[in-house]
Amino acid sequence: MTSAAPPRRRPRRSPSTWVRGGGLSTLVLLLPMLLVFGLFSWWPIVRSFVMSLQVTNLVGPAEWVGLDNFQAVLADPMLGTALWNTVYFALLALIFGYPVPLVLAVLMSDLRRGKGVYSTLAYLPVVVPPAVAVLLWKFFYDASPSGVFNTILGWVGLGPVPWLEDTSWAMPSLVVEATWAAAGGTVIIYLAALVSVPPELYDAAEIDGSGIWRKIWHVTLPQMRTILLITLVLQIIGTAQVFLEPYLFTDGGPDNSTTTLLLLVYDYAFGNSLGGDYGKATALSLMLAGGLAILSAVYFRLTRRWSDS
Amino acid sequence: MSLDAPSRPAEVAAGTAAAAEAAATGSRRAARRARRTESSRGFTSAHDLRRPRVLWTRRLVNALVLVGLVVVALGPLLWLAKAAITPTQDTLRNPMAFFPNGTDWANLKTAWVDLDLGLYFVNTVVIALGSWLTQMVVATTGGYVLAIVRPRYGRVLYGLVLATLFVPTVVLLVPLYLTVLDVPFVHVSLLNTFWGAFLPAGASAFNVVLVKRFLDNLPREIIEAARVDGAGPFRLFVSIVLPMSRPILGVVSVFAVLAAWKDFLWPLLVLPDPLMQPLSVRLPTLAPKTELDVFLAALLLSTAVPIVFFLVFSRFFLRGGGLGGAVKG
Repeated sequence: MTSAAPPRRRPRRSPSTWVRGGGLSTLVLLLPMLLVFGLFSWWPIVRSFVMSLQVTNLVGPAEWVGLDNFQAVLADPMLGTALWNTVYFALLALIFGYPVPLVLAVLMSDLRRGKGVYSTLAYLPVVVPPAVAVLLWKFFYDASPSGVFNTILGWVGLGPVPWLEDTSWAMPSLVVEATWAAAGGTVIIYLAALVSVPPELYDAAEIDGSGIWRKIWHVTLPQMRTILLITLVLQIIGTAQVFLEPYLFTDGGPDNSTTTLLLLVYDYAFGNSLGGDYGKATALSLMLAGGLAILSAVYFRLTRRWSDS
Repeated sequence: MSLDAPSRPAEVAAGTAAAAEAAATGSRRAARRARRTESSRGFTSAHDLRRPRVLWTRRLVNALVLVGLVVVALGPLLWLAKAAITPTQDTLRNPMAFFPNGTDWANLKTAWVDLDLGLYFVNTVVIALGSWLTQMVVATTGGYVLAIVRPRYGRVLYGLVLATLFVPTVVLLVPLYLTVLDVPFVHVSLLNTFWGAFLPAGASAFNVVLVKRFLDNLPREIIEAARVDGAGPFRLFVSIVLPMSRPILGVVSVFAVLAAWKDFLWPLLVLPDPLMQPLSVRLPTLAPKTELDVFLAALLLSTAVPIVFFLVFSRFFLRGGGLGGAVKG
């Protein structure tokens, strides 16, 4: 984004020349953005740093407590559980969810006809409101033998599976639904990236005698390298903040096996009807954000050479 | 799936040309060839496809992908449509059977009337439209100033907007809630007002970046010509820039409306009054106190609108979907 040369500094800028030069109308046009971003983005971001160092009950003035909130969060026995559950969710989401859109997009990119039908179908779950999807899948996950999924498993002689009612089945169940709901969006991103693969690369590979597998391995996938790296880290950042699935499916249960970090933040801030512990909630939010920032920085450092080439 | 056609104009054009050619020559192969040359090639070449093994493997794989997509992506929704008009006992005893004891169309009406779905529907629509309008105003005016007017402080401002892209939403959750409880300077609470949903939605850096980047690429000559003709900043914005940015505004619009329709956590926090809540927030609380068949009908009705919306505007969704990666990269 190169901007045109900025207007040369005038020797003297009185308010009236500023207004006549369009400075005022520029500011008026900027007003919506300044107000909305200022009040609902920049100020809350600054405020989260301030609040993490304070104890407040919204009635009296806030009290500065230094790093007490951070210490309280770190001392919470639930933190370890929530951290592990979040990591587990993110890992499972990578294992289940990362290859699916990639394989779909690569196969779909080679379609000569009907790409629109395929992409529409793939994107359909993305437009289903997440709350509706979870409520529907909650019924699918009915643990009785006559539940939807258990009926289907019964056809091939498997199950019944306890799904959401079992500590070891609950988390994978959430991840499967989350993957169903999100994969289509990634497919569309990959397809958009694949459109820009220069056809000459395939032609050249063919002249060199490459078969289909080698073309996919040596042309298609390398051309997707950058976008694959980005979607990987975006997916991790997204899944580390998972809230809706554990909240609506299991509310953290059974036996806290699906309590994630965001559920803990929510619990600190809004779980208690007598007034939330906003200091602890922001402290945990900031620690999570900091962790994600470090993770992405390290990740991009490690993969820099790979993505540059 | 009639939406295939409008979603890809290039293919439609090719398709009609091919159809015309096919009609003229009476050959389906000519039609196929015409279409093939139009689309960019994938990893299989015409040469590959002359080998029967490759051709049939490819056909098989494509068919399997299609079947898989229909079963996995569409299947749950088809099941929901079936269950919405099936009596509760049938759905509970044998969820995969097709209407063992007939249909129960009254579920849909019961859901709409008894659950007061109409009210939550209106709330959802109001939230979606208001969020859309706020995002439009912010993104167009902001993008216009940053890309076209370019004041000296523009770069700093753009940097500040970009920076918010890198702040995870979790950081905003609590402080944003407290800000809405007591908005700085004016000291009003937006709790239980739709403004509490509209205004924070407007602070989407993503939209500003998309619009700004689009406007960056508008031909400067047109802007200069309008300026020479005496158009002031407002006139330039309304008469030149807005009409020219229609393509990007379409993309921003459909994603804004869909995001507002899908949102759950934020409306849950700022709209505790059940009479103000959108469908997403209201449905989970209705679940335990509603009969199953009626509840499933309610789920179907709540999904129908976004699905129809998507099918109508699929062109924007499927084309614009790739923009996310482009911008965040």
